[in-house]
Amino acid sequence: MVGEHSSKQYDQELEAIRSKVLLMGGMVETQFDEALNAFRVGNHEQADKVMADDHAVNQLEVQLDDACSHLIVRRQPAANDLRTVMATIKVITDLERIGDEATKIARTAKSLHERGMVSFNHYETVRTISRATADMLHDALDAFARLDGKAAVQIIAQDDVIDHEFRTILRSTITFMMEDPRTISSALDVLWVAKAIERIGDHAKNIAEYVIYVVEGRDIRHSKLPVGHGAPAPALSTTHEG
Amino acid sequence: MMTSMMTQTLSSPAKTATGAKPKNKTIEISGLDFYYGKTKSLKNVSLDVHDKQVTAFIGPSGCGKSTLLRTLNRMYDLYPGQRAEGSILYRGRNILEPGVDVNMLRAKIGMVFQKPTPFPMSIYDNIAFGVRLYENLSKGEMDERVEWALKKAALWTEVKDKLGKSGLSLSGGQQQRLCIARGVAVKPDVLLLDEPTSALDPISTSKIEELISELKGDYTIAIVTHNMQQAARCSDYTAYMYLGELVEFGETDQLFLNPVRKETQDYITGRFG
Repeated sequence: MVGEHSSKQYDQELEAIRSKVLLMGGMVETQFDEALNAFRVGNHEQADKVMADDHAVNQLEVQLDDACSHLIVRRQPAANDLRTVMATIKVITDLERIGDEATKIARTAKSLHERGMVSFNHYETVRTISRATADMLHDALDAFARLDGKAAVQIIAQDDVIDHEFRTILRSTITFMMEDPRTISSALDVLWVAKAIERIGDHAKNIAEYVIYVVEGRDIRHSKLPVGHGAPAPALSTTHEG
Repeated sequence: MMTSMMTQTLSSPAKTATGAKPKNKTIEISGLDFYYGKTKSLKNVSLDVHDKQVTAFIGPSGCGKSTLLRTLNRMYDLYPGQRAEGSILYRGRNILEPGVDVNMLRAKIGMVFQKPTPFPMSIYDNIAFGVRLYENLSKGEMDERVEWALKKAALWTEVKDKLGKSGLSLSGGQQQRLCIARGVAVKPDVLLLDEPTSALDPISTSKIEELISELKGDYTIAIVTHNMQQAARCSDYTAYMYLGELVEFGETDQLFLNPVRKETQDYITGRFG
């Protein structure tokens, strides 16, 4: 869709940034998966690994911020290049936060399993929201990699499902706690995990919004998507009329 | 000519990036064709130059941006075999019509060229020369006018103690500001700047750019530049031209952030091959 720059070096710099963002995306996705698994089965080593990996994710964030600053000062990007760099700077912030949330889940998993479960089907409670969020994060990263504005619109709509699921979890954990106060501490742990997952959904939604900004040049944050949106983005016109 | 104007009203070749608010138009160009002998170097160009705004023309060499600028005060009249068709309404009057007083037109629509062109005379006379052609001022009034023009061009403090010295003794950046002062001194309505900073160092360039933003309070400015960052920095509207056609015209921020046409995007992002 987008041609090459006259400067090959510029193309390489942009591509280097892009592939590093995708690498960072893959890392936080793995962190999230492993954190959920540690939560499900109580695997302490895995929980420790998730926490250790967060350091590498943070390092990537710093490197990418730096690479973007360098690109701006050297190339003065315009139009779609500028939007890509602006979006990248924001995407890496969201990715770093996703890493933090995954770390929180891992930490909670550890403490929950150390204390021992109290008659509480902890993983079952968050199973649906976990799956929906993992899918959403994967799709958002995919849409960013392919600059797929149409997919991004659908991803944004998925966030409502996750928010709804979180409210359901909230109600059911409250019920547990009222019925048997011995479950309070583990129910709270489950709730923290659910909240972290819900936040990851919010970050995935942000990423999808940046995809639309890059593709269409429209900033749709903090605004309702127009009804019936989902039609393909208006591509740049290439023909002269008249 | 009629046909080209008719077509123009039916389909506009350039898309405006945003629905710009209606502003006063100083110059309305419509269906403009320009010929160097048999070569057609502007094709059906239509755009409005807004009052007290800076309009920048960008595009690769030979795209017709300087040609377009030169039609706005009929500078091409000086050369045989060059002609323009279509219409350029300046304050409602078509300046391409025969019978237009070209000298008065150029007093109203001043021009500054790529290379500084001070006359081989004193700094004072460089400014007074043009004024004397159009106005009969007393010595005192002329002194005031020279000071006023040099102040407008942000050159006064640098030259006030050496007004009798040759204009050629100034640095390149100062010479260019002297030329701008000379253009301003006759109190024109429009200033045309043809790559005014391409021969200047970055500091002189930023002084000229600063000057452009100050001058637009009083004048309508059109600038041709090869430097896209310059267009982005100091213009309100930008026109991207290619091969004699106006590809896109719109508000500068919009054009540089989210151009409507792919050709524009390729050019401003350096994908132009």
